[in-house]
Amino acid sequence: MIKTQPRWLVFTLLAVGLTLLPFLVDAGLGRSWVRLLDLALLYVMLALGLNIVVGYAGLLDLGYVAFYALGAYVYAWLASPHFGLHLPFWAILPLGAGLAALFGVLLGTPTLRLRGDYLAIVTLGFGEIIRIFLNNLNAPVNITNGPQGINLIDPVRVGGFSLSQSQTLFGITLTGVHLTYYLFLLLTLAVIFISMRLEDSRIGRAWVAIREDEIAAAANGINTRNLKLLAFAMGATFGGLAGGLFASFQGFISPESFNLMESIMILCMIVLGGMGHIPGVIFGALLLTLLPEALRYTGVWQRNLLGQIYVDPADLRMLLFGVALVVVMLYRPAGLIPSRRRRREFADTQG
Amino acid sequence: MSALLSVSGVSKAFGGLQALSEISLQVHAGEIFGLIGPNGAGKTTLFNALTGLYSIDSGEIRLEGTRLDGRPPHQVLHAGLARTFQNIRLFAEMTALENVLVGRHARTGSGVIGAVLRLPATRREEADSRQRAHDLLHRVGIVQHAHRLAKNLPYGDQRRLEIARALASEPRLLALDEPAAGMNRGERAALRELLLQLQNDGLTLLLIEHDVKLVMGLCTRLAVLDYGVKIAEGTPDRVSRDAKVIAAYLGDETV
Repeated sequence: MIKTQPRWLVFTLLAVGLTLLPFLVDAGLGRSWVRLLDLALLYVMLALGLNIVVGYAGLLDLGYVAFYALGAYVYAWLASPHFGLHLPFWAILPLGAGLAALFGVLLGTPTLRLRGDYLAIVTLGFGEIIRIFLNNLNAPVNITNGPQGINLIDPVRVGGFSLSQSQTLFGITLTGVHLTYYLFLLLTLAVIFISMRLEDSRIGRAWVAIREDEIAAAANGINTRNLKLLAFAMGATFGGLAGGLFASFQGFISPESFNLMESIMILCMIVLGGMGHIPGVIFGALLLTLLPEALRYTGVWQRNLLGQIYVDPADLRMLLFGVALVVVMLYRPAGLIPSRRRRREFADTQG
Repeated sequence: MSALLSVSGVSKAFGGLQALSEISLQVHAGEIFGLIGPNGAGKTTLFNALTGLYSIDSGEIRLEGTRLDGRPPHQVLHAGLARTFQNIRLFAEMTALENVLVGRHARTGSGVIGAVLRLPATRREEADSRQRAHDLLHRVGIVQHAHRLAKNLPYGDQRRLEIARALASEPRLLALDEPAAGMNRGERAALRELLLQLQNDGLTLLLIEHDVKLVMGLCTRLAVLDYGVKIAEGTPDRVSRDAKVIAAYLGDETV
């Protein structure tokens, strides 16, 4: 009884905290930060998806953003004036995630024999191919509207509510970014839950076994081909889901949003946070989304303290970001929150 | 006695090097069959061919009548042939228990849906696997290390863990590639005990080993390879008196 109480308490506090968070952020930092919070949740989903491929199965994928792009374009095609289709989000999101999963398998199949650097280069190429296709598929038939992108994408509508407008419920006014936060939070929690369950399962162990020693994994009965493809597909599913949400959230997408830098950022999130470890990956995603924005304030501080801006915050951001990455990799090569070895395993001994 | 494993006319070449030429041998159910020979004789190559890591150029491999050649490694394991490696290949960043749980992979079947929803069948399977894994660790004598990372185990225990992992797949034939390598005298004695116990429980063993004393004392029958050719086969007693074997292999030992 006493033992279970703290855990129960932690959950309650966490739930209350996460529910109130957008209001606190809104009051304390301003509405733009709530929007940023929404974006951070998207990156948590993306990072957890890539974590399955890179962190668990050990397949270095530098083209992950392609799946994000696919999810986004599927949403845009089916819910915008571009094709005149306006399907509901609950129908499109699974479609986008499913198509991304299919492409995950398509990418995975030719790369099965590749490892390490070679795999990285091929996946990098795949990411670029998708982006270039999106950039050029505006003629002869206009599918993607080329570099101009697709705009006026429908926001997510739940019942009669649109997540782009403010709603008043029980006297509390919720803006679009608040409502979006709750939707994203729900889906992020689902992604976290799925990741956790998979990690601690026959499938998760098989992925890690492949990462650790592919030959030994095969010799121990693991169908490495199928499990690698499954990792690609699962990772791509989360990417496609995040892509669809991104499209609905922004209302506008173009190939520019899905460049190589984006793939690398997502990879940095999991490397920095702690590869293969869910809390680390979440932390990495939040840090790398929020920190660059926070560093914008250095401009204001410089003006207040020194009278003028000596270092442009935009430059400083990238500089500090680079330095932070190098420092973390030198001093904490396993990430900021590395997997604390298997606490659950110790709990197991008592049984 | 019936042949559990039957290898007939297996050849394998790497470029111009004939690593295995026309190897034929039969391992009977319940025996400990030794495979010896000087370094580079082709013993490990034969293991790799048996377990699907190498494709063979010609010949046939059957386990209880089922063709194994041409199958990928995981199917060979499914068919009932498990192995260990000469240069230990554990999953270093996983615990000992997890290593054995991976060994259960072939005998379990839950997938993504089962894992995410923790369906009753998955839970039962997982509990059963954990119980078996614990038992196996106990059996090879390293249950106290169940929650340590494989890479942190002492060398001899790593070898034993590899055996436990192979046993987790409930094989009919267990192929051990130099299981005693790097072990001290006490560890060797314990390993010998373990292998005899496994034989007693009805498991068939195929053993590559350099420790002649261990091989001679343990094996029911032996085959001797030299330059990819089988030069002798029979009981340890007979093999040790074979002129070709003495010239190729044992001769070196007595110098």
